Amino acid sequence: MLEDYFRQYGLIALFSGVAVSVPVGMLVLSWLFSLVRVRPRKPDPVKSSLYECGMAPIGGARWTQFNFRYYPYALLFVIFDVETVFLYPWAVRFHQLGLFAFLEMLAFVLVLVVGLVYAWRKRALEWEG
Amino acid sequence: MRPFLLEENALFRGLYCWLGANEGNRGFCTPEGEALARDGLLPLGWEWLAYGAAGLALVLLLVNAFLVLVMLYTYMERRVMARFQARLGPNRVGRFGLLQPVADAIKLLTKEDVAPTGADRWVFNLAPIVMFVPVLLVLAVLPFGRGSFLADLNVGVLYVVAVTTVTTLAVFMAGFASGNRYAMFGAMRAVAQLISYEIPVVLSIVGVLLLARSLSLVEIVEAQRVPFVVVQPLAFFIFLAGSSAELNRTPFDLLEAESEIVAGYHIEYSGMKFGMLFLAEFAAVLTTSGVMATLFLKGWEGPLLPSHLWFLIKVFGLAFLFIWIRATLPRLRIDQVMGFAWKFLLPLSLVNVFVTAAEALAWDWETMTPQQVWAMGGINLLVGMVGVVLFSHLVRRPAPRRAARARAAATAEEGV
Repeated sequence: MLEDYFRQYGLIALFSGVAVSVPVGMLVLSWLFSLVRVRPRKPDPVKSSLYECGMAPIGGARWTQFNFRYYPYALLFVIFDVETVFLYPWAVRFHQLGLFAFLEMLAFVLVLVVGLVYAWRKRALEWEG
Repeated sequence: MRPFLLEENALFRGLYCWLGANEGNRGFCTPEGEALARDGLLPLGWEWLAYGAAGLALVLLLVNAFLVLVMLYTYMERRVMARFQARLGPNRVGRFGLLQPVADAIKLLTKEDVAPTGADRWVFNLAPIVMFVPVLLVLAVLPFGRGSFLADLNVGVLYVVAVTTVTTLAVFMAGFASGNRYAMFGAMRAVAQLISYEIPVVLSIVGVLLLARSLSLVEIVEAQRVPFVVVQPLAFFIFLAGSSAELNRTPFDLLEAESEIVAGYHIEYSGMKFGMLFLAEFAAVLTTSGVMATLFLKGWEGPLLPSHLWFLIKVFGLAFLFIWIRATLPRLRIDQVMGFAWKFLLPLSLVNVFVTAAEALAWDWETMTPQQVWAMGGINLLVGMVGVVLFSHLVRRPAPRRAARARAAATAEEGV
């Protein structure tokens, strides 16, 4: 039983190795093509400049400001993601737990739904307003 | 408990026994009681190496077969899309254009690879790899046919959910490393959209788990007396809608919306890296169809035809459904997309979880009569239809207040 368990994860580790080597191999192949001059390599300052409507971009893009509306979604995501972590084992063993577990989970989810309704009423799920 | 997992796989057994047959594992390689036909090539105590080599052969076979299927799928997507749009699609390279994916691969390999000056080189090069790996990793637990799977994890569903989420990270890496504003906006949208749709998708699986009582994908397939799509139509719909958002496909492809942010996160990519980002997206369609076929369509099981063929038929049928959705629906706005996830899919998936739980409380899935199964399917279909209509009314709202006010002010000014 335990041996079976390790064997499975061993195969998955093996699979991960192959899965990483496939895209890496593609990149290496592409790089080898540039060594034998099949793939061109003609660097040019204009070519490697950032694409932005044909004008040189002003200021860095990486630490630019972005819409604050993304934050509430991230917060809600964390809440509901933790909920799903609770729901999975509950669902698998539900047939042994019975009515009590059903009511318990209903109460737990309702608390979260109150939060969702609150966010909805506060228009945190809207984009304008 | 299941016997040793890869026992039924002839290739694995042959290779393993060729290398590592000895007295210790005679039950596996030769029937009990018979004389050992031949010792393996490896000495005693090296069975693990035989196991690894045989496993590696299987893994390589699986990965290569999958990559060929993905190439076929890119051809299929282009041809089917073309038919939907009343054109012919690629038909020049090879018979019926079947070699088009090969031509595409060669072209992308021989294209110049340009990285922008402001890019974070390491992350920029790593992003296509991180995008590609999780798609392949899902294959490790998918059962492709009767008794043919690489690993039947007891947490299979969790593994699939966890591994597919990594794509979000790759999209953000690509957008962030490019140092381009469009790419950054695409990455921001990607994170917001992908994590929002994660929740309905994960919750819709709970309905299946309540009936199947296991997280192992093999046991989920075996638990399906009727395909779960019959008793879980709402979950199937939520999974379909949610996963087509997770796959960045057209009704929800805001992270690469050409008309707004040009191409989003892969705007600065060229050559093979661009090709890999796209290949990963196409491959993800196939793996998601595979997961859907396993969870909702009874996986490999079907009458008459061999089990592997049934699995392929189901996977490509679902892939066709994804292409159909892409060809039919126009792109949504970002606020509509987010509203759809939080105000429509999430409440619906919670309703589905508790309706299914109540039914699991009333009836025992394993000992239900066929009439009860059909009654359950009918109830769930009814709940689903009522829920869809009800919640779509909730989501639909009049024009934004501010816009209406501005319009009123404008007309008043005009009147003056």
